[in-house]
Amino acid sequence: MAADPVETSSDAQGNSVGQYLANHLRDYGMVLALIAIMAFFQVMTDGTMLRPVNITNLFLQNSYIIIMALGMLLVIVAGHIDLSVGSVVGFVGALAAVMMVSWDWSIYLTIPCCLAVGILIGAAQGYWIAYWRIPSFIVTLAGMLVFRGASLWLLEGQSIGPFPRQFQALSTGFIPDLLPFVKTLFSVDRLNGFGLVTGIVIAGLIVWMGLRGRARNKAYGMVAEPLSFFVARNLIVAGAIIFVSYKLSTFRGLPNVLITMGVLTIIYAFLTESTTLGRRIYALGGNEKAAKLSGIPTERLTFLTFVNMGMLAALAGLVFAARLNTATPKAGVSFELDVIAAVFIGGASMSGGVGKIVGAVVGAFIMGVMNNGMSIMGIGIDYQQVIKGLVLLAAVIFDVYNKNKQS
Amino acid sequence: MTPLLEMRSITKTFPGVKALNAVNLTVMEGEIHALVGENGAGKSTLMKVLSGVYPTGSYDGEIHYDGQLAEFSGITQSEDVGIIIIHQELALVPLLSIAENLFIGNECARHGIVDWHETFQRTEALLKKVGLSEAPGTLVDRIGVGKQQLVEIAKALSKDVRLLILDEPTSALSEKDSQALLDLLLELKAQGVTSIIISHKLNEVRSIADRVTVIRDGAAISTLDADSDEITEDRIIRDMVGRDMAQRFPERVSNPGDVLMEVRDWNVWHPQHSERQVIHSANLNVRAGEVVGIAGLMGAGRTELAMSLFGRSYGRKISGEVQIDGRAVDVSTVNRAIDAGIAYVTEDRKHLGLVLDESIQRNITLANLPEVSSYGVISEAEEIQVAEGYRKAINIRTPGVFQKVVNLSGGNQQKVVLSKWLFADPKVLILDEPTRGIDVGAKYEIYGIINKLVADGRGVLMISSELPELLGMCDRIYVMNEGVLVGELTAAEASQERIMSFIVRS
Repeated sequence: MAADPVETSSDAQGNSVGQYLANHLRDYGMVLALIAIMAFFQVMTDGTMLRPVNITNLFLQNSYIIIMALGMLLVIVAGHIDLSVGSVVGFVGALAAVMMVSWDWSIYLTIPCCLAVGILIGAAQGYWIAYWRIPSFIVTLAGMLVFRGASLWLLEGQSIGPFPRQFQALSTGFIPDLLPFVKTLFSVDRLNGFGLVTGIVIAGLIVWMGLRGRARNKAYGMVAEPLSFFVARNLIVAGAIIFVSYKLSTFRGLPNVLITMGVLTIIYAFLTESTTLGRRIYALGGNEKAAKLSGIPTERLTFLTFVNMGMLAALAGLVFAARLNTATPKAGVSFELDVIAAVFIGGASMSGGVGKIVGAVVGAFIMGVMNNGMSIMGIGIDYQQVIKGLVLLAAVIFDVYNKNKQS
Repeated sequence: MTPLLEMRSITKTFPGVKALNAVNLTVMEGEIHALVGENGAGKSTLMKVLSGVYPTGSYDGEIHYDGQLAEFSGITQSEDVGIIIIHQELALVPLLSIAENLFIGNECARHGIVDWHETFQRTEALLKKVGLSEAPGTLVDRIGVGKQQLVEIAKALSKDVRLLILDEPTSALSEKDSQALLDLLLELKAQGVTSIIISHKLNEVRSIADRVTVIRDGAAISTLDADSDEITEDRIIRDMVGRDMAQRFPERVSNPGDVLMEVRDWNVWHPQHSERQVIHSANLNVRAGEVVGIAGLMGAGRTELAMSLFGRSYGRKISGEVQIDGRAVDVSTVNRAIDAGIAYVTEDRKHLGLVLDESIQRNITLANLPEVSSYGVISEAEEIQVAEGYRKAINIRTPGVFQKVVNLSGGNQQKVVLSKWLFADPKVLILDEPTRGIDVGAKYEIYGIINKLVADGRGVLMISSELPELLGMCDRIYVMNEGVLVGELTAAEASQERIMSFIVRS
């Protein structure tokens, strides 16, 4: 038949820099926003923001939010929500406290048991959501009440602590300097060589993988990022990683929890971007009926995203308890809101099918940096809440505006 | 008798399609006027023009109602003068009561406060008029489709209807309910209500209509009069289908092989209304290298049959046997059906076929991801090669495979769906309305793809509401009506008239 003109759309013609930027405004915008916010607070706090001790604190303070954001991203991409995670954090922390302090269990027994309990909680909620199609909002709202109550019951209204040193190290421990020669090499007193070298190696890996991906994209005719963007982006990312690792190294080195967080982030980023499992979760969230008619076990996948969320919430509960060195009935209150906000600031869509792990992590850092910076500045909790709320709203409005403009 | 309604030279165009072409329709005061025609002939469009769904200005031509030029800017204006349309899909709120539904948007209220006493009294009077003995407080959800239809009519009566339009009112009704409804129409006629009834059931049309207008391809072909004894089924069928068939289908040498898929005694019940059987002991087979069609009207149960075969995606209490290559296979889940070698290309590609916000590449591999991955890790390189392969092979007109499918035209979207199922490498493809909503050029290409599929030894079961398409493409055609396969015709025997007569006489 007659040769119709080839269809063109904004996606296809990414040749010009402006066009490319328009299509990827969200990805860059978020990173730039994070940098801008950090710079703003760096100035406003007279340099306190980027002090080594504060950077270390930033990671310690936000680790549990980020760990949960990884799971929440999957839940939200699948088209659901989990309101119970804050209560699960409290409940698992309480359970760990009872096991270690009251029953004198070893941490090697406590930690697996607590993670298993998290998995069971996720399974119990996911079962109703996936197989009975009860809205996740309702099921997890119930879970939120149940596990808050259960942690009160476990702790009998008291706080339990302190915990064994080993357990505290989960959150507040640091990797010892495995490469002491670096310090002598540069003849500085206070430098964790391992931390710095790790940072440099990771930055190098990111650049290398970026180059490889770029070559591959070119080979398959994928729309390539303009070279200037690629270079700028990699310079910023690699530079930031080296900068942060240097700062951390001049304090106490890499926090254990940063390693946990980093490894988990890499695993989940890989899972969502490169595996059939991840691909299917996106398809399920994007169009459940089409996914089902393509042979994808949509119920089982929904169930698994909640099981996973339960496990990560339990891990976050352990990390948080370890950080406080005590389990209190109030632990984890309103964490679910921070986690959900992080995922949405990170660009996920309420209707499912859209969102990235890296976005969720950056979103969590944006929230974390704002919390941290405003606290240093001595802004009251009242204003802090208002500002955080407005930032969340602005991020989502920005998304919707962008989407409308494209179509 | 004087004409109540005269539609003069109505022309309505949608982008690229002339849906109505200078249609004239005259309806006399107090008559029952039937509109008949194939799916997509333009009957519903004409009624939407009349009722103001398509407002004045969006079409050419004039409507004269009750001796005056009528220019409706919306459905409220047409309702104000007594033109009420009852659509095929009933517009009732299931979880409200009959009384609430009757007066929805038109409540018996003073200053916004509902007068329940008056509401119930008036409801009872109206229900009596339509012969429905249900309490006004009964939820609409709780009564059957037939009674719901009566509620719709009662609702029309509450608005002082003068011209009642019913779009396929009996298509979902049992024999008994249909008869009750037709009797009611005759009764309303005696009370002076004029009706226009759109129907496919020619026996019904013959029994109640005073005059019949046949619409075909957006034009009024003929108006037949009951008094002069013109209304015969043969005459109506001839007028309905008599279009010339241009050379719109690519040539194919038919060479059917062994039976690939055999379905035996297949029964399906409605997923919600468990007492309603949707498919009644269907038996059919598809040979290798054969295109088999299923003809039927909308609601005949063709899609339901196809989806129930494909992993029980529709219905419940499914019984029967499916054989592939002579062996009984398990098709109880979509995955098993795919493994057994069946693929189903949906009629509703936007809602059931594609993940619109994802790329062409991701959509194509969705049903067979393991093929491009090892140990659960997707090789994007392989995936891109596969998608590029299909893009070129079946001519998906895009620069690359990274575009979101939401941005593609209907024809290209359909090619993506076809690619997805080709990549799953099925033995039998069930194509449900494969050319719906796509332009003529793309249709021709899709036909070419279908021909290539069967040339490779696959079997194709094709559902289509366009009879010429079935006649042009198929080696064999099953005719389905109301959940029953009522006939089977070879390509040589098949004609539009024969298919239509199977449907309207069953």
